[in-house]
Amino acid sequence: MAVASAERAEVAAPPEPPKRRRRSHSRAEQRAGAAFAIPGIALLLLFVIGPALVSLVLAFTNARLISPTPPEFVGLENFRRAFADDATFHRSVLNTFVFAAIVVPLQGGFGLVLALLVNQRIAGRNFFRTVYFLPVITSMVVVSLLWRFLYQEDGLVNSALSMVTGGAWAGQAWLANPSTAMGAIVVMSVWQGVGFHMIIWLAGLQTIPEEVYEAGALDGCTPWQRFWHLTLPLLKPTFVFVLITITIAAMSLFVQVNIMTNGGPVGSTSTIVFQIVQKGFQQQQMGYGAALSLIFFCIVLTLALVQRRLTRDRD
Amino acid sequence: MQRRNLFKLAAATGGAALTGQALAACTASSGSSDGELVLWAHNAGSPLEIAVTEDIVKAFNGSQDAYKAALEPFPQDVYNDTVNAAALSGDLPDLLTVDGPNIPNWAWAGHLQPLGVPTEITGKFLPSTLGKFQGELYAVGHWEAACSIFARQSVLEAAGVRIPTIEQPWSREEFDDALPRLVADGTYQWAIDFSTADTGEWYSYAFSPFLQSFGGDLIDRDSYLKADGVLNGAEALAWGRWFQGLFTSRLANVESPGGAEDFMQGKAAMSFAGNWSALPAMDLYDDMLFLPPPDFGDGPKIGGGSWQWAVTATADSAGANSWMETALSDEYVAEYANQTGLIPATDAAAELTEHYASDGMLRMMVDYSKAYATLRPETPAYTVIASVFGQYTADIIHGGDVQEALDAAAAEIDADIEANSGYGF
Repeated sequence: MAVASAERAEVAAPPEPPKRRRRSHSRAEQRAGAAFAIPGIALLLLFVIGPALVSLVLAFTNARLISPTPPEFVGLENFRRAFADDATFHRSVLNTFVFAAIVVPLQGGFGLVLALLVNQRIAGRNFFRTVYFLPVITSMVVVSLLWRFLYQEDGLVNSALSMVTGGAWAGQAWLANPSTAMGAIVVMSVWQGVGFHMIIWLAGLQTIPEEVYEAGALDGCTPWQRFWHLTLPLLKPTFVFVLITITIAAMSLFVQVNIMTNGGPVGSTSTIVFQIVQKGFQQQQMGYGAALSLIFFCIVLTLALVQRRLTRDRD
Repeated sequence: MQRRNLFKLAAATGGAALTGQALAACTASSGSSDGELVLWAHNAGSPLEIAVTEDIVKAFNGSQDAYKAALEPFPQDVYNDTVNAAALSGDLPDLLTVDGPNIPNWAWAGHLQPLGVPTEITGKFLPSTLGKFQGELYAVGHWEAACSIFARQSVLEAAGVRIPTIEQPWSREEFDDALPRLVADGTYQWAIDFSTADTGEWYSYAFSPFLQSFGGDLIDRDSYLKADGVLNGAEALAWGRWFQGLFTSRLANVESPGGAEDFMQGKAAMSFAGNWSALPAMDLYDDMLFLPPPDFGDGPKIGGGSWQWAVTATADSAGANSWMETALSDEYVAEYANQTGLIPATDAAAELTEHYASDGMLRMMVDYSKAYATLRPETPAYTVIASVFGQYTADIIHGGDVQEALDAAAAEIDADIEANSGYGF
């Protein structure tokens, strides 16, 4: 509708100076833009911004999920409890950072390696692209359930290790051991998520113009120099995107933990988001859950800002 | 009042967004006094249970003209969230099923109204199938569940283990002595299976009775205000160390699947399991024994209180209670038990069933339930207690420090009770 009326305005006013015409055109475009944006903005306000604001308020109350008594303002009590008393929460923050610190470089790095591999002109590269991408389109819940069986004491992982080592590997229950559970979740998460970032890297690789490589070849680049001095710098925008999306995804680790370990064994895989759900819903402490999510929000925001600052273009 | 509603709405929105399916529930019809009775049930996954409930609905609708009942089953995994979300948005049905330990929480939250069913009817039910909170009756269950130790006569005899009876259950020493003998010849990988992968309610339902048999408990049942000293006292510590020992000495599997599967697959010599697994086990082995749990000092204990029917606060009281009267007849109590293998809640109904009649194969389950059933603490705090107990029992099973785990559990429970001004106690 809006586009059609803009065209009509153009036809009706040919003698006007070009400057005016452009302005009226852009006003019509603005109206169209607003019309297209309103449904999205309304839904975001209703389902994201609204609840976020309410949870900001809830964080300072003792609200319950269900209760006959109305919530009261308790000031900073929820935050005092989180920082001073709640050992499980401290452990969860630590676990979350450890997970992110391992997963971000691993998943980003492997993604790039895979992207470089499937960017070669080799036979069956579409097959490999599909295979690497397959875990991404599989539901995380399904993947987690399957890997829970793989990691069991008599599961496939141990059978494979035992076969490779000629029976020397005795086998252990990976998810039941506090020192291996987080590692097991890291491996599985990287395997599941790496395909997605491979595609992002691949898209970045394919935006690099062929002429740059030709110029490099004329200057006698070795393959390593070509990668280090041409490919990597030109992938910078992709790098920033990959870094920030993996970091945020890694910080909000939940599904794997909820399905595979329930935060155990002995708190070794409990994460911030898992604690938020645990406290807010399972234990019905909405106020405390809201306080934890506010803390989580601040952590993620800080991380994103710091990364943005570190990776911004200096020129 | 306004502010409170805003909070509730916000909580509901957040809850619905997170639980997904709960959102669908908000659109379901709500309770009112227009002659329609809406029934919600948790058992969409069990067609046999649904069929019996549909029979009751049909009989009720045919017996009078004032009310028309209709059943809406839900998947059990999202049922509690659905009900809580519906309560927040004022969309509760007229009647609903509720798991025994949740009754105090829902009654306290104002979801439920006390039942108006005559005591001549409710008096015939097993005490653990009557859902009470602070002296008022809120719910009645058609069935009870009971745990027992699943074992095979041939296996126990081969290992030279005495077969316990309800008159003379195993003592702790006997039990501890029997377990290593069951795995001695290597036929079985595990001596006993506890279905530890079945998280959620199973942990407090199945394992807290052992704690109670040791003399500890989840909460001080005189005041209902403190877990400290009870959940982390000397008796509880003894329980925790004993239970942890079963797993660290590899007599029990840390990650055994739910539903006594290790036992059914011949990996474990015995299993501590619910009676809902009894019929499949009898199909599998012809020398099944369902044994009483050991006496750890305070007598053998098992969990009590299963799913029950309740009337919601917003329901048409007369219509809902008359549905309850129809539903609570012995005929339907027996029918549920026949279809599901659960324990019928009245003696008269038990006689009508194949397995639970006086000479039935599973009659001992009724006796265990009468003699050993311990209700989970009847307090709104139970929701938190169950979650905290489950988390820290998992820590104990996985080799965490027992005293530390129990202290932390008691502290978290006490903090929650205090934050709720004692939950009305």
